[in-house]
Amino acid sequence: MSDHKTMTLTLIVWRQKNASDPGKFETYTAKNITDHHSFLEMLDCVNEDLILEGREPIVFDHDCREGICGMCSQVINGMAHGGQERTTVCQLHMRKFKDGDTIYIEPWRARAFPIVKDLVVDRTALDTIVQAGAYVSCHTGGVPDGNAIPIAKPVADESMDAAECIGCGACVAGCPNGAAMLFTGAKVSQYALLPQGKPEAAARVRNLVDAMKECGFGNCTNHYECQAACPKGINVKFIARMNREFLKAQFA
Amino acid sequence: MILDGKCPTGPIEQTWDKHRFDLKLVNPANKRKYNVIVVGTGLAGGAAAASLGELGYNVQAFCYQDSPRRAHSIAAQGGINAAKNYPNDGDSIYRLFYDTIKGGDFRAREADVWRLAQVSNNIIDQCVAQGVPFARDYAGYLDNRSFGGAQVSRTFYARGQTGQQLLLGAYSALSRQIKAGTVKMYNRREMLDLVVVDGVARGITVRNLVTGELESYAADAVCLCTGGYVNVFYLSTNAMGCSVTANWKAHKKGALFANPCYTQIHPTCIPQAGDYQSKLTLMSESLRNDGRCWAPKKKGDTRPPNQIPEDERDYYLERKYPSFGNLAPRDIASRAAKEQCDDGRGVGPGGRGVYLDFAASIKRLSEDTIRERYGNLFEMYEKITDENAYKVPMRIYPAPHYSMGGLWVDYNLMSNVPGLFVLGEANFSVHGANRLGASALMQGLADGYFVIPYTIGGYLATVKPGQVKEDHAEFKKSMEDVNRDNNKLLSINGKRTVTDFMRELGGLMWENCGMARTKESLETNLKKIPALREEFWKNVKVTGSGAELNQQLENAGRTADFLEFGELMCRDALHRNESCGGHFRSEYQYDDGEAKRDDVNYCYVGAWEFKGVGAEPELHKEPLQFENVHLAVRSYK
Repeated sequence: MSDHKTMTLTLIVWRQKNASDPGKFETYTAKNITDHHSFLEMLDCVNEDLILEGREPIVFDHDCREGICGMCSQVINGMAHGGQERTTVCQLHMRKFKDGDTIYIEPWRARAFPIVKDLVVDRTALDTIVQAGAYVSCHTGGVPDGNAIPIAKPVADESMDAAECIGCGACVAGCPNGAAMLFTGAKVSQYALLPQGKPEAAARVRNLVDAMKECGFGNCTNHYECQAACPKGINVKFIARMNREFLKAQFA
Repeated sequence: MILDGKCPTGPIEQTWDKHRFDLKLVNPANKRKYNVIVVGTGLAGGAAAASLGELGYNVQAFCYQDSPRRAHSIAAQGGINAAKNYPNDGDSIYRLFYDTIKGGDFRAREADVWRLAQVSNNIIDQCVAQGVPFARDYAGYLDNRSFGGAQVSRTFYARGQTGQQLLLGAYSALSRQIKAGTVKMYNRREMLDLVVVDGVARGITVRNLVTGELESYAADAVCLCTGGYVNVFYLSTNAMGCSVTANWKAHKKGALFANPCYTQIHPTCIPQAGDYQSKLTLMSESLRNDGRCWAPKKKGDTRPPNQIPEDERDYYLERKYPSFGNLAPRDIASRAAKEQCDDGRGVGPGGRGVYLDFAASIKRLSEDTIRERYGNLFEMYEKITDENAYKVPMRIYPAPHYSMGGLWVDYNLMSNVPGLFVLGEANFSVHGANRLGASALMQGLADGYFVIPYTIGGYLATVKPGQVKEDHAEFKKSMEDVNRDNNKLLSINGKRTVTDFMRELGGLMWENCGMARTKESLETNLKKIPALREEFWKNVKVTGSGAELNQQLENAGRTADFLEFGELMCRDALHRNESCGGHFRSEYQYDDGEAKRDDVNYCYVGAWEFKGVGAEPELHKEPLQFENVHLAVRSYK
């Protein structure tokens, strides 16, 4: 089933026992890797070897392994999610690497995302931003028929473009300022575009921006690294929309 | 014991409304005195926690991921059904009810399915109100597409990410309640035991996955919304962390496990590429709106697909099931694909694949239209296979996807253990022996938004709040038990990794209790699984300690539970001497290979009672009565 051609790679991986450990890079060898291995399956193979040698496997976050849950989070060769366009770490395949390559693997690095262990970081700050108001305050039940309010297709589509965010935090990891502007901008825009979200739009953008600051995220200085890192291709125009919404909210 | 589902009687159209009125209520001022635990934050759990919080209950919600938004409901691609009849094509609550009963091969309760169909319309309204950006037509109204097992277009969708958008909707409602203080959220916690005091569910024991500490939480009711168990096959479309653990722990504390042999093998997944593979990826059923399934007519035909002329292709679904064609239900489409491959006409590595071809649709509609409908799925396919499905047909093969079986619940979604409720995929209630596409999202949200908020009140109104606290001896004992098991796993220091064991178990389950089962294959498993389990407890190697983030230990615990559960699944499959839905016993089929049900002897829910590891469980039956739908041989021809 597997290709007869295999690769051997050198991995230089960030190892950190816990939040207070200073951490350091360690070197491992990945052997017998084929084109069809996903990046995480390559790490699985390395971990199986480490376990059998009685050494601690590399700890990393992952779950769905199909690019939608947003759990996986690794900086590969300096780029969040490995630098392949519109791709999460779990969707990255080894056919993008060559035999003999050296690969650097690090966790997300941002002030708002403290490291938990090895490649695992704490992203609860993103939940905190959502809790500040990234919702429509409707109760269960007592809402009108789904077709009661028509929404122009381009508007619904643009809202969906923003809603595709998987909350992985690559935008923050990719940003030199550790800003969560793309994440927050996408949330603000998804709701601001829809008629259902308009009544609370002003309060929402103010609350989300406040939460962003309180969580220790930086600000935007127009590097667009967030868009480049985003595995769902969320556009920086949503940051512009958030800024516009924010300005509008000052007069609301 | 004959189980009573406590289904309301009378005209089916009135059952849910009448039952809702009959349920007792908890006074608004008293709701905050009740603690409710919700385990899992997918569609069922997220919606339940949010709705119960809104009502004023004191909710504690738990998930093993780092955020409630990541539960595996998020991966559902195609859509969610509702009986809105917006396309004016003849849909109705009755038709959705009928399709679901028939799709489930007449192995689900009528009353539960009726309720599901009835509230399906409320779900769409609710999600739209929450700001879920469903697909719309150019007039601005909601768009629909078709799914398997139905001849109407009733599936609402948000590109190929419907599950994601619905889950984010539930997550937003949950986040609002977390902010309001009605829900306390516990991330990175895994439930490792159910605490039962004097026969009543009183709380849970969880492991904090970051610190490794065990924690006790007491409540007046516990809701398990912990998903399905098809990771028992090792390779499945489920997320890596999906497990039977929460359900299995509840089962060991007395909750009956119903119909565990009903598992869904989804027909359109990307075939396995190698032995190291960690999971399988689904290609949405929606693709079968425009994709045609075929295999070469000639055995062992290794020509590339574009060199196989039209008349040498077998569009087997269109041939066998002309009225439903490529949109035959999942169990039937999966078996048909397996049949082609078993017959030596499969394609790709190992002959384990068939084609899903879009050429005709691209010609009819244009590549851009296909890209607009399924662009993200084609992209996903290309990332995994390095093939461009606009140019060459997709290769697909069936893979484990969903479990229809689950913990037994009555009409109120309460298990036989008072105070223990089970929602969504974790329960057994509405899909019978086969689930129709776009119905999982519907059930999860129905249970969470529109069923449990009523039925839990009916229970809580009969109990005094706060009777048992975390200092009760049962909590201490539960923690000691969990601790003992974890320490044992850490101390074995054997020669095989956890994954190695899980892969072997998965292989046994797929081979002998997968798409087709026989008495002989199941009996083989009933010998091999206990032996593998015994070896596991002597020879597994788990590194690290229990007092830290330790993914090996987490997986070891889940594998230990699968090693017990797999045996029950085989036992259930062995006892059910018929074929129905996803449960296909090769001995019981018609001449044309269709499943042969036995309504005289097996028209019941089989619910198993735990009697000890390795000991024979006791079977309890709940007879199924069909008063509104005529029991018939299911035909999609």
